Amino acid sequence: MNLVLTIVLDGLIEASWLFVVALGLTLVFGVLKILNIAHGSFYALGAYIAATVVTASAAHHLPPAAGFVAMLLTVAFVAGAVGVLLERGLLKMFYGRDEVVLLLVTYAVFLILEDVTKLIWGVNPIYATQPYELFGNVAFAGLYYVGYDLMLIPASAAIGFAVWFGLNRTIRGKIVLAVIHNEEISLSMGVRVSRVYAAAFGFGVLLAATAGALTAPKISMQPGLSSDVIILSFAIVVIGGLGGVEGAAVGAILVGLARAASVHLMPQAELFVIYLIMAAVLLIRPEGLFRRETARRI
Amino acid sequence: MRQWRLHPLMMLLPVLAAALAGRLLPVWTLSLATVAASNALVALGIVILARTGNVSFGQGLFFAAGGYGVALVANAWGITDAAAQMLIGAACGGLLGLLIGPLIARYSGIFFGMLTLALSMVFYGALVKSTALGGSDGFNVGRPTLFGIVFVDPREADFMLYAISVVTTGIAGIAAAILFRSEFGLVSLAVRENNLRVEYLGLSANRVIVANFAIAAAFAGASGAFALMAQRHIDPQFAYWTTSGEFVFIAVLAGYQTVMAVYVASLALELVRSFSNLYLPNTWQLVLGLFLLAVILFLPRGIGSLWAGKPRRSGAPAMAEPVPERGGAP
Repeated sequence: MNLVLTIVLDGLIEASWLFVVALGLTLVFGVLKILNIAHGSFYALGAYIAATVVTASAAHHLPPAAGFVAMLLTVAFVAGAVGVLLERGLLKMFYGRDEVVLLLVTYAVFLILEDVTKLIWGVNPIYATQPYELFGNVAFAGLYYVGYDLMLIPASAAIGFAVWFGLNRTIRGKIVLAVIHNEEISLSMGVRVSRVYAAAFGFGVLLAATAGALTAPKISMQPGLSSDVIILSFAIVVIGGLGGVEGAAVGAILVGLARAASVHLMPQAELFVIYLIMAAVLLIRPEGLFRRETARRI
Repeated sequence: MRQWRLHPLMMLLPVLAAALAGRLLPVWTLSLATVAASNALVALGIVILARTGNVSFGQGLFFAAGGYGVALVANAWGITDAAAQMLIGAACGGLLGLLIGPLIARYSGIFFGMLTLALSMVFYGALVKSTALGGSDGFNVGRPTLFGIVFVDPREADFMLYAISVVTTGIAGIAAAILFRSEFGLVSLAVRENNLRVEYLGLSANRVIVANFAIAAAFAGASGAFALMAQRHIDPQFAYWTTSGEFVFIAVLAGYQTVMAVYVASLALELVRSFSNLYLPNTWQLVLGLFLLAVILFLPRGIGSLWAGKPRRSGAPAMAEPVPERGGAP
């Protein structure tokens, strides 16, 4: 019984931050129709910036809570700016090209950001553990958990709900949905599609970086972080179906649970169980679990 | 209609000349050219497959399958002959391709890419955890021989490897050029344009995709064998997604117009990589990324567009070389 509970909780903790990353990826794909390989780099960027801010605030003897808030705000600001700048300055030049070419453009961005993070933060692992003690420890049903980890679950649920609400219940969100469905008609109805593009990409980067910031206290930041995260979030959006909040949530929970289960029951299968699920979902439902079939042209 | 074209078989001469020219090249260029040629072979497979409209992001799977297959056979039965190893690699890759091909031929576009990526990552995950195969460290294999000749001098061994990889990829390129002009090659293009209509004409689009997929997989497997012979070491990195990404990188860099461009692109990539590795050891990925962006931006149809003509229909996606009309080529 305890084992099941452990797996579920570990899985949900894992799923919570993966969900936020995948949400950004799926949103960018929905609006811009780009599968953004550099998305993992934005996650890493968020984590590194968070580490810098946390370390700096600890050096100035600010309370950890202040450091935590400062970390989130700084990451949000920098990530949003980086996202909008990248979209306006770089991606815009490649619209209308083949989808593989756009994918490679983001691959180039991934390569560049990989070295930029190395140049700024070096190759040695860095840590930002101060906020990790913020929420104390929690003991229940004979299990001990770090409060910070458990806090991630409601935090990401709140982010998910906010995004869902923003998309489905506000006028701006409806405009974004309209662009997702058909950008030409949106354009003809007077929607400034290019602004939606910039905003959506910026927001996608923001989500990835926020997830990075939220996980920064848990992990050690070192090169290679981004390529692992991107492949996990790819699996999630493929499992859930590209372009939907619900899909990202279900995909993240599935991946999180599968990973936690394999860590506890069968550690040697940890890496491959996720891709196995992804391959299985693709073979049975190539559109993902949560994607409507689209009519095809003859 | 088109300008006068050489028969692809005429290209055998430059290929042999390039192989023999390795005698004059300094040692460091030999290994660089070997890697470039072997990468070009995988990229060539991607180009062949791309003619059906599908891009594989998981060629690392077949690359690794070829490499591991050869390494296991070499260690178990002591087969060290380079030509035999190349054939074993191609067989491993090709068989796996035939096995997987029918499963994924039903998918198109981004799903095809994602599924190939997923399968290669499944393989990667399995390799990392398999202690019998050395886990994430991989294992070593001995130096290759050729037709019973053992190469003691490393320079001779490098030249042998260079020559055999250049000749193999050269022949593969010639075969590809012939394939592109054949009926089968033209049907592949038709599948890309509209696979349902191909079915209406009484052909199986899936079978065309599977055949192209198996060819691409065999090329990747042979390339894996070369990579193994060059490094004399294999590890799961062969199947990692960044390896596969690099092959797609070369294919897109080359453009889909001429076979020749694949070699040029592969060589250019290797040169950029090794020079930036040499002079800018900490920022070679940055240089590589900027190089890729520059090529995509300034040469939208790839390096091949520098010398190959424009596609005849300007509205058509720039995926394939212009197809000569029947009897139009000399």
